Amino acid sequence: MSLGLYVHRDSPVHAVPAGAKMLGLLVAGTGLLLFPSLPVVSSALGATLGLYALARLRPREVVPVLRLSAFVLVPLFVLHALLSGWVPALEAVLRLAVLLLLATLVSLTTRASDMLDALERALRPLARFGLNPARLGLLLSLTLRFIPLLATWLREIQEAQRVRGLDRDPFAVLVPLLVKTLRTADTLADAIDARCFDPEDPS
Amino acid sequence: MIQLHAVSHHFGERPVLEGLELTLTERRIAVVGGNGSGKSTFARLLNGLLVPERGQVLVEGLDTRKDARAIRRKVGFVFQNPDNQIVLPTVEEDIAFGLKNLKLPLADISARVTAILRRYGLEDFRHHPAHLLSGGQKQLLALSSVLVMEPRYVVFDEPTTLLDLRNKRRLAQAIHDMPQTAIVVSHDLDLLRDFDRVLVFDEGRVILDDVPSVALDAYVRRMA
Repeated sequence: MSLGLYVHRDSPVHAVPAGAKMLGLLVAGTGLLLFPSLPVVSSALGATLGLYALARLRPREVVPVLRLSAFVLVPLFVLHALLSGWVPALEAVLRLAVLLLLATLVSLTTRASDMLDALERALRPLARFGLNPARLGLLLSLTLRFIPLLATWLREIQEAQRVRGLDRDPFAVLVPLLVKTLRTADTLADAIDARCFDPEDPS
Repeated sequence: MIQLHAVSHHFGERPVLEGLELTLTERRIAVVGGNGSGKSTFARLLNGLLVPERGQVLVEGLDTRKDARAIRRKVGFVFQNPDNQIVLPTVEEDIAFGLKNLKLPLADISARVTAILRRYGLEDFRHHPAHLLSGGQKQLLALSSVLVMEPRYVVFDEPTTLLDLRNKRRLAQAIHDMPQTAIVVSHDLDLLRDFDRVLVFDEGRVILDDVPSVALDAYVRRMA
């Protein structure tokens, strides 16, 4: 299991700063909500596909990420078409598809740390209200880092409990997982301290 | 130089270190002892992760009780399990984490990351998710993430426990080639044979402090 969607390439899309890409995504989302007509959405789709070509991503790197979207878009189109006709259904589904494609493009072409740095910078003005952007950024980074690790531990514990015939007992799996997670959290806090992270520094 | 003066520490009622009096000046120092002998607690005292209940730990004259942040720049720490110390999702991001905390300019960070990746043969994994590396590569990543911050001392807490033979040898070579002072807590006696000094711990005290040829043999006889 991998949450690391970033695919490294030397492309103009990769070179755009993370903050600009995230802002662009926000502007595109707002624009598509305000102007949802079929010509606008079709043009946006064309432009988005152009950005994919510019990003030099291979289909095999994009398709697995987008495959999950089909599970939402196809039923949505069918339902919408039955209720309000195929033109509004096409508009709604294309609009959602463009947004998903753009969000995926940002994820595939931007390092998680760059996105978190941009988020930290954007949240910096909120430091005066007690929010610590550096801590929030680290929290999100750790979440990205540890979800795959938790999945690995879960699989290992399930295998160990299967040997004992306990794999169907949720407590037999969840309690060791919780204990392991808490123990790791202690060591991880030491590791973060050892690498000079300053929790009081809001920058 | 790291100095410990009259250092004692307890966990609850249980004493884990008693009256340690040490001056560490050698380039390669090994720490051995049975489980629960206090050696991991000793390691955590050296960079201020733990402050002793009594006594004083001084790193180049700085007291871990007062100057923990400055001391952590001087003393790096490599943990037993690399999975517990890799903080960020990709190899490059994790190595850069400590450098960003030191507020280095981005150009310096990039140059240092490139150099350390090359030094440990991890260039091809620069953008790789850290959790998909092998155990040996993860330990090299953990070591790279510490060494890239250019500490003067590196403390290792049982660094080879989870490694196979090939990766043990790679890590042993990496420790051997490091310009920094290395203080290594380990049960892997082969790793420690060419060190300059061995401290043998038992029940929170240093019971033997000598060169490996004397101290390790005495330790093996004691544990037999």
